[in-house]
Amino acid sequence: MTNTSRITTISVTLLILALAAPLLLGQPFYINIGSQVLIAAIFAMSLNILVGYGGMTSIGHAAYLGTSAYVVALLTLQHGFSFYSASAVALLVVVIMAAIFGAIALRGTGITFLMITLALGQTMWGVAFRWSDVTGGDNGLPDIKRPDLFGLNLVEPGLFYAVMIALFMVALAGMWIFIHSGLGLSLQGTRDQPRRMGMLGHHVWLVRWIAFIIAGFWAGVAGIAFIGYHGYIHPLSLGLANSAEVLLMVIAGGAGTLLGPVVGATIVVVLKMVVSAYVSRWVLLLGCTFVAIVILLPEGVVPGLERLLKSILPAARDDGEAGS
Amino acid sequence: MTAEIALQINGMTKNFGGLKAIDRVDLTIPKGDRRLLLGPNGAGKTTLFNLITGDLKPTAGSVQLFGRDITGLASHHCAPLGLARTYQIITLFPKNTLAENVVLSLLGISPLRWSPISRIKGRKEFEERARAALKQVGLDAKADRPLGETSYGEKRRLEIALALAQNPSLLLLDEPLAGLSRQERLDVQALIESIPRDITLILIEHDMDVALALADSITVMYHGRVICEGDRAQVVADPRVKEIYLAS
Amino acid sequence: MSIGFWLLQSLNALALGGLLFLLSSGFSLIFGLMRVANLSHGAYFMLGAYVGLSVLQAGFGFIEAILAAGIVIAILGGLIERFLLRRLANRTLAQVLVTLGLAFAIADICLMLWSGDPMQLPAPKWLSQPIRAFGFVFPGYRVFVVEVSIVVALLLWLLIERTKLGAMVRASVDDIQMARGVGIPAQKLFSFIFCLGAALAGMGGVLGGPILSVYPGLDGEMLPLALVVVILGGIGSIGGAFVGAYITGFVYTFGQTLLPAFSYVILFLPMIVILAFRPSGLFGKSAP
Repeated sequence: MTNTSRITTISVTLLILALAAPLLLGQPFYINIGSQVLIAAIFAMSLNILVGYGGMTSIGHAAYLGTSAYVVALLTLQHGFSFYSASAVALLVVVIMAAIFGAIALRGTGITFLMITLALGQTMWGVAFRWSDVTGGDNGLPDIKRPDLFGLNLVEPGLFYAVMIALFMVALAGMWIFIHSGLGLSLQGTRDQPRRMGMLGHHVWLVRWIAFIIAGFWAGVAGIAFIGYHGYIHPLSLGLANSAEVLLMVIAGGAGTLLGPVVGATIVVVLKMVVSAYVSRWVLLLGCTFVAIVILLPEGVVPGLERLLKSILPAARDDGEAGS
Repeated sequence: MTAEIALQINGMTKNFGGLKAIDRVDLTIPKGDRRLLLGPNGAGKTTLFNLITGDLKPTAGSVQLFGRDITGLASHHCAPLGLARTYQIITLFPKNTLAENVVLSLLGISPLRWSPISRIKGRKEFEERARAALKQVGLDAKADRPLGETSYGEKRRLEIALALAQNPSLLLLDEPLAGLSRQERLDVQALIESIPRDITLILIEHDMDVALALADSITVMYHGRVICEGDRAQVVADPRVKEIYLAS
Repeated sequence: MSIGFWLLQSLNALALGGLLFLLSSGFSLIFGLMRVANLSHGAYFMLGAYVGLSVLQAGFGFIEAILAAGIVIAILGGLIERFLLRRLANRTLAQVLVTLGLAFAIADICLMLWSGDPMQLPAPKWLSQPIRAFGFVFPGYRVFVVEVSIVVALLLWLLIERTKLGAMVRASVDDIQMARGVGIPAQKLFSFIFCLGAALAGMGGVLGGPILSVYPGLDGEMLPLALVVVILGGIGSIGGAFVGAYITGFVYTFGQTLLPAFSYVILFLPMIVILAFRPSGLFGKSAP
């Protein structure tokens, strides 16, 4: 077995254990944490397309999750849509929004791109906050009912968690396929050598724009899961803090790795849960963690662990051969 | 007639602010030619490459590639038209293996570059052609090594492999020997000599021995202008060329 | 809506533009010089306002409050530059992310120290006398804010265009490698500009306090405005920040008056137009 496949085996085993853990613990409290982690993980994976694979640091990604959730909330509450048809519309809206915002943000690169995404993200926050006739303003929109699925009532935490596992697996598989696809390779090439990629025939701007839309789409999916779970949406969900939180998940876990955002999402969600139980200073901790991670662990947990495993594994393999 | 001309540049001019980096350059490269662009630093050679490949937009003038007007066309249009180039500063993909580097080049002229689902790794047409391109530059043994494990000289050859993999009609080589040791220079010289004659070459190079040995014809640039053109004997005999090179 | 209403709104727009200039001129200089988009800049503005509030509550005057906020925020900026950003030299993205993290930390500390209630800084009496002109009455404090912003703009312009220090800043904005090459002490320049930019933001916070009040979330509202100003005006340009700030002040003020629900959307329209036709901003140097 090669080291790479060993690492894959270890990762898959850990992933299955992690997914099973809330069910083994049994209590709804843990199962609900599991659902929140998975929603955050899908959200973080979507941002990872931009930050990790595209080298485009966006600080406005919460706008897509939030807009998607708002659309579902508005359509189900005020226009009699079913949850699922509202979700379809939400995805369409988010894709169109990502196409427009992407076209604007990609007028800039690097830090300018970052600044524009931040500004655009705050626009959506501003709309949600100020357009209170429709969005409920600072009160948010409460009481969105969790839907049934195949006759099963998803209010039951275990069932909802099972659906989240399925959704997460689809997202993870989709991500794996994407990063190994022609477009995915092209995107990673434009991250490392945009000029060369252009000369090789890759349309750098278009590749980035499509990636922006795909990232928006998956953030929209996360938004649907989010509103399904919480049944409530508030302007804060579109805000800067939420965008920073998901960026922290990606960077802490390891940008540009498949499982990094998943690990990052787990760390951030659990940390937030634990901290909030004792003090109300989550934002302070978020800020300090951000600074600490960027300075002390800039490449994230997953690449760090990977290197650690690689340094341990050759020895293990030699032992195995000596033993056999 | 036009079919026999690989590259035709007319009245090319590029201003940066008040500075004329390229000043009314005309250049005609026949198909199959191996042309050396010569000139001191700042003569505008690389700028001229950047204008041909669409990295820069010309202030005035036109570029025709095999009779087709490509003036101001964005650089991603070059590869499908058979125009490839290498860079003076190594411009490769640091996180990938050598084979993956070449695959990105092959992908650039494949419609699969737009597919968000088709897995590229393991596809025969990519794997085999990547290996063939690496073999051409003598790097096939290191195909699966990460770029970080290769020497500078090997990176120079990989630069050329990325361009050759696309099987271009016109290849622009920007100082392919820059920073190489004596032995590596000879290796890369042999490599360039082995490039099939139906690929038209334009070469920027400062190593006169190698460059003159490789080139069929020479264009000398100075301060953004073409000052002399011809074969080796004509250029060496030109008084202006002597003046520039003796002065510098 | 009468002419008086429009004139008053225009004055409000000018006053907001002046505040935005104080906020974004520093941001723009820091960005132009160090390539760091200081995402704590909104938090500096808010913290400045809170510091000013405390100084006023302690019985000192308005000028003292402005100076105190400027000094406190300059020191804070200096510490951040010295102990965090400098460690990450040449890693622009990491620097930007650190300033983002700090923005949250500062905001939460403000919430802890000054509670969540919006508080208005009292404008000093000697500045709030209504001004009568053209048969209308204008609030004097807003006129004062506009005057201050124009004076600061002139001083900054003189500093950048007419002093040796400014020449070094300009050279470094154009080409930092070249600047280092000819012996410009880039590091010292960074520190100075960072402190100056921070001080301007902090003083802007106090100056804005009587108009905007100070409340949790003020930082998050001001930061995007600063970004818009800089994108509009062009990075590293004082003139650009000035024009951008007043355009933004007008667009935002009238947007809020006429279409409050969408004032944020309207705010971004000029930015989108500029990005579409002149991505380097009105006064920015376009890439060759």
